Amino acid sequence: MSLSRADVEKVSLLGRLLLSEAELDTMTTQLTRVVGYVEQLSEVNTDGIQPMAHAVEMHNVFRDDALRESLPRDAALANAPKRDSECYRVPAVLGE
Amino acid sequence: MSLADCSAAELLRDLAARKVSSVELVNAYAERICARDGEVKAFLHLDIDAALARAKEIDERRASGQPVGKLAGLPVAIKDVLCTAGVKTTCASKILQNFVPPYDATVVEKLKAADAVLLGKTNMDEFAMGGSTENSAYFQTTNPWDVTRVPGGSSGGAAACLAAGMAPLSIGTDTGGSIRQPAAFCGVSGLKPTYGRVSRYGLVAFASSLDQIGPMGHTAEDCAILLEAIAGHDPRDSTSANLPVPEYSQSFNQPLQGLKLGLVREHFGLGLDGEIEAAVREAVKVYESLGATVKDVSLPHSKYGIATYYIIAPSEASSNLARYDGVHYGYRTDEKQMLEELLAEQKQAEAGGSGKELADLDTPLIRLYRKTRAEGFGPEVKRRIMLGTYTLSAGYYDAYYVKALKVRRLIRGDYDQAFEEVDFVVGPTTPNPAFKLGEKTDDPLSMYLEDLYTVPTNLAGIGGMSIPCGLTKGGLPIGLQLQCRAFDEERLLQAAAMFQRATDWHLKRPTRS
Repeated sequence: MSLSRADVEKVSLLGRLLLSEAELDTMTTQLTRVVGYVEQLSEVNTDGIQPMAHAVEMHNVFRDDALRESLPRDAALANAPKRDSECYRVPAVLGE
Repeated sequence: MSLADCSAAELLRDLAARKVSSVELVNAYAERICARDGEVKAFLHLDIDAALARAKEIDERRASGQPVGKLAGLPVAIKDVLCTAGVKTTCASKILQNFVPPYDATVVEKLKAADAVLLGKTNMDEFAMGGSTENSAYFQTTNPWDVTRVPGGSSGGAAACLAAGMAPLSIGTDTGGSIRQPAAFCGVSGLKPTYGRVSRYGLVAFASSLDQIGPMGHTAEDCAILLEAIAGHDPRDSTSANLPVPEYSQSFNQPLQGLKLGLVREHFGLGLDGEIEAAVREAVKVYESLGATVKDVSLPHSKYGIATYYIIAPSEASSNLARYDGVHYGYRTDEKQMLEELLAEQKQAEAGGSGKELADLDTPLIRLYRKTRAEGFGPEVKRRIMLGTYTLSAGYYDAYYVKALKVRRLIRGDYDQAFEEVDFVVGPTTPNPAFKLGEKTDDPLSMYLEDLYTVPTNLAGIGGMSIPCGLTKGGLPIGLQLQCRAFDEERLLQAAAMFQRATDWHLKRPTRS
């Protein structure tokens, strides 16, 4: 199947990417090729096969619910591109 | 022979016997790095002064008779996808260009506890996505055997620094072949452990159900030494296996009796380079001369490996890489400029001139995410985020993602069946030797298809290893791949060591150095 430019633009919003006009063109061509290739899986009979999400199928690995130190705030904020003394800063989300 | 051409095992024996000091060793590698890394460009970050200080401290401890760790004084290079406290970790991406982790990955912690000397961080494909190291946002690494060719990837710097004698041991990671393929291209040994053998805590995630950290070195013995140091259960990685770690470094030399090898019929088909096929068949004869029996096995679903992998890995990547949002760490776009652009778009929409509805415009926060990521990620990472977002999106999830997970189980089932008959599955690591720089950058799909022998190992979650088994007429290394049952690394290393006792391919070094 082929992806339209509009599909690719929609996916770029879902994936939180902003693509230039030229990138949208290239991406449409390249994704169409790759998606066309992976579609060969439709020829495999998978009736009754359980999906395998993980190589080691372990479930419910618990640890003790013990109190321990967490990363100090300053260390956690140290790599923030924009911060104040206690928070990450982002552009206004609500209202003007 | 220079110190920098010795195996890690030899160096450890010399260090223990105090025939050489750690400071001398670090100096020997620093000298080699000065001579070679201008051309090979394996390292993204080097701190020789810090390495020397650490070496001196370990030398002093040893001289005063205090206990030292198993890797005491030995330099080790780390792929720049493992967090190192206080030392930049970029994943070869612009989006993490200034990221300094507040903690060490478990593997790094274990290496420090074993008194290894961390030499530097090696170059890679951005976020480990690629097979040539050309996707690094910083520079291309070259193949020390022929600097017009790629070293492979994504652990290209990790393999190249070994081949050029710039480090005796190297940590790589393997999501679809990223240890084994560069090991094959650079003529070194590299082991992808069973999923869960090594803790992934502090490994920057690409595809969490496939990623695994592993050792790279010149010999099976060197890989055994390094795997023993990094393997084991870690409460901070709930997918790490709670199993004892064998003493690989003690047992690697025991020959295997009655060894049964399976040659994968499907690996010798169309697309396999003739010289590689000949070298692999020769390697199999070596095993036969050592008493192994060889039979054909079939992995009928392995031909779907690439298609399965390029759904599952990008799906997981698109989810894992959502964290790079320009808020918590890493690069952020110029906010003022971003807001001005958005305002201009808003005015245009209000005037009705752009064909866009006001309601379609991004909010400032969404635009911050989108622009940050557009500027911070390279083309291959964007491609995989797009692909993964698409295959996980409403309406396509079952057709692509769930379908791929089902085929994944069939691929695993093929291995389970093969391992009922044989101990190891043997074949070429790659269909072709190292290709030219730039040869495949315009054609992502052709690059993906080079992974066909390695991705099924990760999908099945089993162990795999590449060891040198020949050189092409043009002087390029050839890799032999051995794949083993889950958690059978001890015998995998023994099988590799058997081959290396009978051959000398692992001793070959590029003539340029």
